[in-house]
Amino acid sequence: MTSGYEAVIGIECHVELRTRTKMFCGCLNEFGGEPNTKTCPVCLGMPGALPVPNAAAIEHIITAGLAFGAEIPEFSKFDRKNYFYPDMPKDYQISQYDMPLTRGGAVRYWLEDGSLKECRLTRIHLEEDTGKSTHAGSGDGRIAGSSYSLVDFNRAGVPLMECVSEPELQTAQEAIGYLESLRRTLLSLGVSDVKMEEGSLRCDANVSIRPTGSSELGTKTEIKNMNSFRSVERAIESEIARQIEIVGSGGRVVQETRGWDEVNGVTHSMRSKEEAHDYRYFPDPDLVPLEIARDRVDRLREALPELPWRRFERYTARYGLASKQATQLLDNLSLAAYFDRVVDCSGNPQQSSNFVLGELSRLANETGIPVPKSSVSPEHVAELIELVEAKRINSKIAKELLARMWSGAGSPAAIVEREGLAQTTDPAAIERFVDEVLAANEKVVADYKAGKTNVMGFLVGQVMKASRGKADPAVVNELVRKKLA
Amino acid sequence: MQREHIEKSAAHIAADVRSGRVSAAAVVEETLAHVDLVDGTIGSYLTVLADVARAAALRVDERIRSGEQLPLAGVPLAVKDNMCLDGTRTTCGSKILERWIAPYTATAVARMVNAGAIAIGKANCDEFAMGSSCENSALGITRNPYDPTRVPGGSSGGSASAVAAYEAAIGLGSDTGGSIREPGAFCNLVAFKPTYGRVSRYGLIAFASSLDQIGPLTRTVEDAALAYDAMAGYDPMDATSLDRVVEPAASALREDLRGLRVGIVREFDTKALGPDLDAVYRQAYADLERLGAELVEVALPTAEYGVATYYLIAPAECSSNLARFDGVRYGLRVDADDVRAMYDRTRAAGFGPEVKRRILIGTYALSSGYYDAYYVRAQKARTLIARDFAKAFDECDLIACPAASCPAFEFGAKSDPYSMYLMDYYTIPMSLAGLPALSVPCGWVTPAGGSVAMPIGLQLCAPLFGEPLLLGAAHAYERATNHASARKPFLEGVHA
Repeated sequence: MTSGYEAVIGIECHVELRTRTKMFCGCLNEFGGEPNTKTCPVCLGMPGALPVPNAAAIEHIITAGLAFGAEIPEFSKFDRKNYFYPDMPKDYQISQYDMPLTRGGAVRYWLEDGSLKECRLTRIHLEEDTGKSTHAGSGDGRIAGSSYSLVDFNRAGVPLMECVSEPELQTAQEAIGYLESLRRTLLSLGVSDVKMEEGSLRCDANVSIRPTGSSELGTKTEIKNMNSFRSVERAIESEIARQIEIVGSGGRVVQETRGWDEVNGVTHSMRSKEEAHDYRYFPDPDLVPLEIARDRVDRLREALPELPWRRFERYTARYGLASKQATQLLDNLSLAAYFDRVVDCSGNPQQSSNFVLGELSRLANETGIPVPKSSVSPEHVAELIELVEAKRINSKIAKELLARMWSGAGSPAAIVEREGLAQTTDPAAIERFVDEVLAANEKVVADYKAGKTNVMGFLVGQVMKASRGKADPAVVNELVRKKLA
Repeated sequence: MQREHIEKSAAHIAADVRSGRVSAAAVVEETLAHVDLVDGTIGSYLTVLADVARAAALRVDERIRSGEQLPLAGVPLAVKDNMCLDGTRTTCGSKILERWIAPYTATAVARMVNAGAIAIGKANCDEFAMGSSCENSALGITRNPYDPTRVPGGSSGGSASAVAAYEAAIGLGSDTGGSIREPGAFCNLVAFKPTYGRVSRYGLIAFASSLDQIGPLTRTVEDAALAYDAMAGYDPMDATSLDRVVEPAASALREDLRGLRVGIVREFDTKALGPDLDAVYRQAYADLERLGAELVEVALPTAEYGVATYYLIAPAECSSNLARFDGVRYGLRVDADDVRAMYDRTRAAGFGPEVKRRILIGTYALSSGYYDAYYVRAQKARTLIARDFAKAFDECDLIACPAASCPAFEFGAKSDPYSMYLMDYYTIPMSLAGLPALSVPCGWVTPAGGSVAMPIGLQLCAPLFGEPLLLGAAHAYERATNHASARKPFLEGVHA
């Protein structure tokens, strides 16, 4: 950084887990719905109601931990985090304090240039989500000036993963790379929908700066209220700039929580450290300590899918795909699975990616049908690649065939066979087309000979057209050149 | 006054209902009429569920006709008002829940009802079960049926007085540090706290979650066993309930104590309780021996730290458990300009002094900087106390000791909180160790300055899951001594 300062960034994510029921009761875990319809005495914090932990949510956390190479301690427990808030039914949140379900591990991520990086994790733990407040009567939905507030508890008790990174990220781009990789990984594990717009992924950033090369940490601020990856990026950049400006002009950064203001593109102070809560954490006496059986961990480890960063490595290092293509595939897991199948059948990753990300994706966009759900099977795409590779058809025919396959024409080899579309490589046959074209275009031939060599392409095109596209373009090129010489 | 059925034991009433000798409806009518007569003075109930009870009686009679063998058919039940019963007011003896209608039923209550018991009313208790005399109820006074100038004990005071005064045959209480056993001892009852986790806490409004346990107050040991058998067992709605087979207690009742070693606790010297109580307990121990038990001295050297330990752990848990009473979703709300002020006003108006005191103690004990010194140390002490019991049970099968250090006292006699806390000196250690324990009537003492003899309770305690042995032994003692039936409550004059 040219300012002489470098940033240190840590990210804290809250991710709603995808489970059938809520964390501690039998209510359905679903987004939306009429307010307060997905509730029961337990998630409403009614007097006398008791929590019973959701085993699937616990397994989701262990699975995520294993995916990031975290340690899964044999013992864990739930603690109560005590503070008053109207959308928190019990006025304490069941969370985990000093014995989280997972410790350590790292998120491997990559930047746009394809370089692989990693950011270590402090911990991942399990807790329950709160309800949602709506402030009415203030005109802008803010609590200030509102005349009353409404609370919807449908979200209360939804299982929530808290994932805390070490302060190791240095730029906003790294933070986004980290978040993208975290999101892709959780999606591939099936533990969450990870939708920032539905609030199933929420994140805060801890930001500090220090002189470049220093090993000490500066005073940090915590940035909240960022509701898209784009706003995370902007907020971090804005906060780094703010801190550099303060320190550069001889000031000191104050430890505080700051909110991101999307409209004005700045962070503003929300509360200082002095106002921080004493949460009075203690083990939740309604829940017994968790003993995580080793065979259960082994079973979950064995069930892990190939992780996105490993897949990225496979696509770029082994298949030679560009970082952008690899990322494009990783952002669409069913397309990536389709692609893998095409590669398996064709043995040609580069051509597979050309077809899958090129013509097939174009057709998908055009028709609104995702590639994997189209009538083109990966096996048929592989067949098409083989036809091209064997020079039985050229790429123009291949493109036409693909369009027909999209409409349900089936095996490309069969069409080629049936309709005699196989490429002509016989020089004698092609020569006839060349002679015909040259004879019919005397003026063009004269132009060529007068030095206008760029008409060559036109002549080749005419020959291809005369052959109904079946002539091998390489042979056509060679013959035209020879005849004009 | 007609009391043809309701003075009988629960076992007897249920047998009569099952055999068709009397209908549940008739038992309920007799009970309601009696409640009408005496409860104005005794004050057992905060809510009498007359219509609900009548409807429930019809259902029980129908079930009997259809051939169901209900172990508690038609048995009148008093439910401590910290247990939820769907559609009925459940107050915890507190202004903050004075008008709260429970939207669901506690598992223990549901199991009793399923066994044929009929809830007659919701019984008074110390506010949020915090107290030892029932005087901390914000909603009413409950009197001891053996001397209405005296307290019934607490916190399950209304359940105890209801059973003692024949307003119910079984009372459901909750015991956190002695809240079943002490009022049971004060009201001449069998008062039983099962092993922690035996009876589901789902629907019991929490005071201290790691200690709270539901149990019965009855006039006979057999009734306690029947109630226990109906209630005990795993509940998927309570993560702390034990998923473990429950051996029925009603079939384990014994007639003697042969082959049993009964531990007498060295540190609990009854001489300190004065000559009258000392004599009662000496006689009780001698009776155990006469029944065939071998008396052995056991040591509980850490038991004396029980009260101090308890008054850190229980308030710590309650400070968190009672946070939900904030005026937002249910219960009392005192409006204010903003939500913080609303919380403050609601809780200031809704909670009584003892509840506030314990919330403050508990908040302090959990605060950063004090947590290790108070909460963590108390947990360590709790472990040591449990270990002392485990060691003692290497040398004996049961432990016998006083249930309380005095008989029921007069209203206002224990005005400073600490002297009230000491009422649970003998019952708290068992609670901290999660052990099953009960109080069984063992004699009568006329308190200094009093003119009426008041009942005394002998506490018996068994190792974890030792309920059949505990109830079995208590049954043998009850049969051989018959202290409970020596005197009747004063009911003929109280309503006048």
